[in-house]
Amino acid sequence: MTSKVTVDDVERVAELAHLELAPEETQSMLRDLNAILDYVAELNELDTSGVAPLAQASELLSEPGDTASRSRPDEVRPSLDRAQVMPQAPETDKTFFKVPKVIER
Amino acid sequence: MASDAKPAETFVEKPKTLAELRAEIASGRTKAADLAASYYERIEKKNPRLNVYLSLTKERALKQAERIDALAARGDPLPPLAGIPVGIKDVLVMQGAPATAGSKILEGYRPPYDATAVARLEAAGAVLLGKLNCDEFAMGSSNENSAYGPVRNPVDTERVPGGSSGGSAAAVAANMAVATLGSDTGGSIRQPASFCGVVGVLPTYGRVSRYGLIAFASSLDRVGPFAANVRDAATMLGVIAGHDPKDATSLQAPQEDYAAASDKPVKGLRIGVPGEYFAEGLDPEVRAAIEQGIDALRAAGCTVKPVGLPHTKYAVPTYYLVATAEASANLARFDGVRYGYRSPRSATLSDMYSHSRDEGFGAEVKRRIFLGTYALSAGYYDAYYLKAQQVRRLLAEEFLRAFAEVDAIVTPTSPFPAFKIGEKTGDPVAMYLADIYTVTASLAGICGVTVPCGATRAGLPVGMQVLARHLGESTAFRVARAVERSLS
Repeated sequence: MTSKVTVDDVERVAELAHLELAPEETQSMLRDLNAILDYVAELNELDTSGVAPLAQASELLSEPGDTASRSRPDEVRPSLDRAQVMPQAPETDKTFFKVPKVIER
Repeated sequence: MASDAKPAETFVEKPKTLAELRAEIASGRTKAADLAASYYERIEKKNPRLNVYLSLTKERALKQAERIDALAARGDPLPPLAGIPVGIKDVLVMQGAPATAGSKILEGYRPPYDATAVARLEAAGAVLLGKLNCDEFAMGSSNENSAYGPVRNPVDTERVPGGSSGGSAAAVAANMAVATLGSDTGGSIRQPASFCGVVGVLPTYGRVSRYGLIAFASSLDRVGPFAANVRDAATMLGVIAGHDPKDATSLQAPQEDYAAASDKPVKGLRIGVPGEYFAEGLDPEVRAAIEQGIDALRAAGCTVKPVGLPHTKYAVPTYYLVATAEASANLARFDGVRYGYRSPRSATLSDMYSHSRDEGFGAEVKRRIFLGTYALSAGYYDAYYLKAQQVRRLLAEEFLRAFAEVDAIVTPTSPFPAFKIGEKTGDPVAMYLADIYTVTASLAGICGVTVPCGATRAGLPVGMQVLARHLGESTAFRVARAVERSLS
């Protein structure tokens, strides 16, 4: 958890996140990331073996038979109308979003 | 320099209470339309200096005001917020109105729907004045990360209003709205409320619908109100709270009358004071103000006792891992395809994504997307994200243990009062530490209220954070009200 981030790491993460960085931004990102990761390395002081991860605080409210905290069933429901949504697109033919060419041929 | 930094003009102004305004509107002494117009006049006067509003929704506001005036003229019963001028943080969407989230990447976006909290306010009679400035995507503790410039603190315009809901807090402090909505992911309602000397509410996770809130970190994001006094904040929460099928994590909990609950005496309540929140790094003047507030609770008949929250020091690193990981996923949707900004330098699809995101996002947002993407990437997931979720459980469980012993926990909301603009922008970790007393409740999902609790010698407001267990808002309001009463 204390391994230092390298320029290669920054470039790899930039690609994963679809962010591009100018050379000077890469350097400041490297510095900031290392400072933040040094700081979060404090968590290594804690032994968390056997501790279940907590992803949602509402898990803590659930008691047997309790429906108050249960998440909504994952079902398909009607959503916003296309006619309302498409005008917000940078480029559209009113049915589809248009994007630059994906595959060269 | 400190002595001549004080502006001659004061921007601080206390709004009338909801009860006063409602009575005036019901009797016809005040027209809702005139009230709205007077707020727009004040906004026009103060906004050039404070930069609180990013856009105004005058047409919609005046239409609603006229509707309320017609109800009042007929003598019909008025809804709870009839004619009350309210501002909305620009991370909550209003149909047809700009929704920037403080970012260039959403410039020009006009959402086709209303957030649930916004719709409920309007259904309750509120007059929605406009959209309030904030840190970009609610990421920040000072409102200096807005792509549209910082908000200035009405108490001292050389200082930050706090963040990320800086505009929401400053609007109430300067009476540019009677009440406002904000969002709180790691302290973004509570900290600015304390910096500006107003009341801010962190509802229990799931109590208020997140539908229409532009997502930052979905397991932490909450919508909550700001007001000039505890009772009005409680009334606001009563309007926006309640189950919403459009939010998958919305709770089915029964509605409560928070305002009525806030009237109850606090005699006999057990108040916990965690030593970890009064340790190194706490400004001595803030400590003194909070200790006076605690004395006032004791005098009102509360039992004050120490409680232990030993994992507190791990909360900020835990928070920044969980929040950035979730942010990196949530902000992937800003890609120049469906809405918002698309870079003109977009020859290929891949270029379009990266150029649009590079040109559209500010430095702090990029930093957090980076950290989150790194923490979730292959080989690091267990060490960072999983570890943080495990510590999150430890933090939450120690709150549950504490609440077996006490009804509420009181702490300073922030370790220091409002700082100078530019003071912390160079050091991300120093800025993150501004959230040290607020991120704990965010991670645990519990609720809280921050209430003004005195000031420093320089006149900067101090806020007391009153935390209560899940769904314990009524208790938090009751305690906050007792602190407020002791000061008036």
